[in-house]
Amino acid sequence: MSAAGAGAAAAPTPPYTKKDFESDQDVRWCPGCGDYAILSAVQKFMPDLGIPRENIVFISGIGCSSRFPYYMNTYGFHTIHGRAPALATGLKVARPDLKVFVVTGDGDGLSIGGNHMLHVLRRNVDVTILLFNNRIYGLTKGQYSPTSELGKITKSTPMGSADRPVNPLSFALGCGATFVARTVDRNIPHMEQMLRRAAAHKGTAFLEILQNCNVYNDLAWKALYDKESKLQYELRLEPGKPLLFGPPADRKALIMEGVTPKVVAAKDVPESALWIHDEQNLNAAKLIADLFAPDFPIPIGVLSDVADPVYEDIILDQEQRAIADRGPGDIAKLLTSGDTWKIG
Amino acid sequence: MAETVAPATSAQKTRKELDRAVIRFAGDSGDGMQLTGEQFTTESAWAGNDIATLPNFPAEIRAPAGTLFGVSSFQLQFGSQRVYTPGDRLDCLVAMNPAALKVHLRDLKPGGLLIVNTASFDERNLTKAGYPSNPLDDPTLAERYRLHKVDMTGLTQQAIQDLPLNAKEKDRTKNFFALGLVSWIYTRPLEPTLEWIHKRFAKNTVYAEANTRVLKAGHAFGETAEIFAEHYAVEAAEMAPGVYRAMTGNRALAWGLLAAAQRSHVPIVYGAYPITPASSILEELALHKRFRIRTIQAEDEIAAVTAAIGASFGGAIGVTGSSGPGIALKGEAIGLAVTAELPLVIFNIQRGGPSTGLPTKTEQGDLMQALYGRNSESPVVVIAPASPGDCFYIAYEAVRIAAKYMVPVMVLSDGYLANGSEPWLIPDPETLPSIDIQFRTETEGFFPYLRDPATLARPWARPGTPGLEHRIGGLEKQDVTGNISYEAENHDHMVRMRAEKVRRVAQEIPPTTINGPATGDLLVVGWGGTYGAITAAVEQAQLSGKSVASIHLRHLNPLPPDLGHILREYRKVLVPEINSGQLVRVLRAEYLVDAVGFNRVRGLPLASDEIHEAINQLLGSQS
Repeated sequence: MSAAGAGAAAAPTPPYTKKDFESDQDVRWCPGCGDYAILSAVQKFMPDLGIPRENIVFISGIGCSSRFPYYMNTYGFHTIHGRAPALATGLKVARPDLKVFVVTGDGDGLSIGGNHMLHVLRRNVDVTILLFNNRIYGLTKGQYSPTSELGKITKSTPMGSADRPVNPLSFALGCGATFVARTVDRNIPHMEQMLRRAAAHKGTAFLEILQNCNVYNDLAWKALYDKESKLQYELRLEPGKPLLFGPPADRKALIMEGVTPKVVAAKDVPESALWIHDEQNLNAAKLIADLFAPDFPIPIGVLSDVADPVYEDIILDQEQRAIADRGPGDIAKLLTSGDTWKIG
Repeated sequence: MAETVAPATSAQKTRKELDRAVIRFAGDSGDGMQLTGEQFTTESAWAGNDIATLPNFPAEIRAPAGTLFGVSSFQLQFGSQRVYTPGDRLDCLVAMNPAALKVHLRDLKPGGLLIVNTASFDERNLTKAGYPSNPLDDPTLAERYRLHKVDMTGLTQQAIQDLPLNAKEKDRTKNFFALGLVSWIYTRPLEPTLEWIHKRFAKNTVYAEANTRVLKAGHAFGETAEIFAEHYAVEAAEMAPGVYRAMTGNRALAWGLLAAAQRSHVPIVYGAYPITPASSILEELALHKRFRIRTIQAEDEIAAVTAAIGASFGGAIGVTGSSGPGIALKGEAIGLAVTAELPLVIFNIQRGGPSTGLPTKTEQGDLMQALYGRNSESPVVVIAPASPGDCFYIAYEAVRIAAKYMVPVMVLSDGYLANGSEPWLIPDPETLPSIDIQFRTETEGFFPYLRDPATLARPWARPGTPGLEHRIGGLEKQDVTGNISYEAENHDHMVRMRAEKVRRVAQEIPPTTINGPATGDLLVVGWGGTYGAITAAVEQAQLSGKSVASIHLRHLNPLPPDLGHILREYRKVLVPEINSGQLVRVLRAEYLVDAVGFNRVRGLPLASDEIHEAINQLLGSQS
């Protein structure tokens, strides 16, 4: 049995188990890397999709996260830096029947591949994007990334980075994403729940997974790892539920003051004034996306989930209409159409 | 230009028989010169002539009126014998304004026909063209050329003065006056243009009426005005029997893909980013969705090629098209297709460079880029069409080879072939070789990099095939298993394997056609869009008794297997190219022959006269 994959053994059919999605490759991330938990969660939720294994494809770019396809016993393509969304777009146009995941990171997806990320989101190609955000370049050994905080001291910025970071959620919403969510590598049940939601979305689903790089940027998301501060800052977004967070003794509410979000004590807010989370409200999602500790809570969950036309469906629909209207193409007819003349 | 006097047939004017003529229409980029030239081409095709065209226009969409850089022109040669090029020197120049005269006069033969629109020779336009005084007043102009000063603007206005159009709209039809006039001079049928007007302005009868009247007015002016003492006829050419159509290179590339999609029963996904002079391929393909051609106007050149690669991974034929600057951006992704061993077709419609260079002008500067322009050892198949119509067969062949060998194929066309047109003998699509695509479905014994013993191609195993789940990527892999491998000897093996796979494509190349003696003093070797100019020059040299032959390479990597032998059958080898010597280097390196280059890099096709001169120089004699 080969790593890249071979089929001497009889192919399993659904229902699958987690094991059916594990390839025989040795996983080569650093011990303690957050990617292990993500890989395990993905393999675990795969059987729930109910999709034949041969119809699932993982596409990645370059970076630690992009080694992901090698460890999934599905079809996979480890491509070039930043280009996975574009490659996946071509794949979906050729094969709309496939379930396609794009695995990328903060550098791959938002720096070198930022342009492709913008366009896959605005086109609403039916792919599920998992962006592992560890705020550092891991594979190249520790340079700052486009999500690193301003002033970050790294090997390439000994006096601190001069770049302001990009917020992946705000970016995705700004690009017109139809599904935007965030989860954390150390919250396995939540991650599984978010994976299920993202995979179920028709159109581009953008899931940011806050992920730890214990070698080059340990405790990147300390506020959500530390038990005490997690209680303080984690804001669970749930449809139809109010935006409440904080320990029971010091419960806080997020409200709107004019067009600005504001944190107040929950007990001071009448129920009618609470901010109820609505996944269809893109304006609200854009406000929520910008929130972060310490002035605000850190939202996790589904920010938005809306239905919009899907790119490859439109293309295929045009093709079907053209064939229905005038029949399939006939090259012999086309060659002799229009102005022709006979000699001899 | 050979001339024989023939009896006059119309009016009292003398009609002379010509065997060929070269005409150029030149004016402001807003004067409609491209349309005028295209219509004149269609009329000539109706007359049964062989034709070659050369559209030439500024990179700016609407360059400032009246300026030298805003001049747009359309040249064509038509003849009663085989026409290989749009011609070198002009028999007739139509200059719609002073700038057009200034830019193009130098190409007119002494004694050539010069027709100018006098109305545009006002002070403003003369100043813009940099004429201190009106050149039409200079008697030497009329001494050197057969000058005809025609107030086309005034005559146009007169012809349609009663129509409800404003002065600007009326003025816009004056190109059809020029077309009507030149059509009379060369005895072209007006029917195709009248038909075109009828169709084009079906919904605007006033425009239809205006253009029809102006066209006929120009024609009548030639017949009745005293100034034209004679006119010309060019008899139908002796061409192979069959049904013909006019074909441009870019349309032929697009239609070649359509034929490939139909014959292979596999959809084609064409990813492209708009770029001159390749955009019209994307536009043409977008019209033909019925052939299961899916076009993606990507966000950039890299996305265009990676989308094509994604499509190929999915079991479609991925194709991308661009020009040199875009091909540079695609380099890394083409390398991915090389190592992933997926079919990929890349069209490069070459233009003048480096960088943005001369976007609307032709060049052959990208051969080395095609052969070597990627990181590391990254061989691809490279083929090049010889004429606009040949683009059809080249595109089809590119798909066939890419799918059969699981390899990227680069097609080197150029701006001249892309926009130039020729009468094209329509083939029977059934005679095209089959494209037999077999996707792997057998799970027993499957490995992603198993190889076909004849082609070395790996199996094409599409997602969706049960039991063949596998992973590929840009990292080096072990042969056969496809496992990631950093092992030293394996890498050396794989580098050789990828090269050998491309080399094996040589078994697809038919024996090289030699135009001339199989052995002799000189062999002229060309590739791409210079075919016509080289063939015309070589035939001219042969007529003067020289021992010269030519071959034209359609396969540039791998090179034809018989090439080394052929090169040794001649004392000297000349390689004309529109670059500073790229194929000539390859030939010297591959075959250790003392080939010499003939190189001009002006953004224009090579002229057959200058190649003829180079042949004579190399053979150490004068013509």
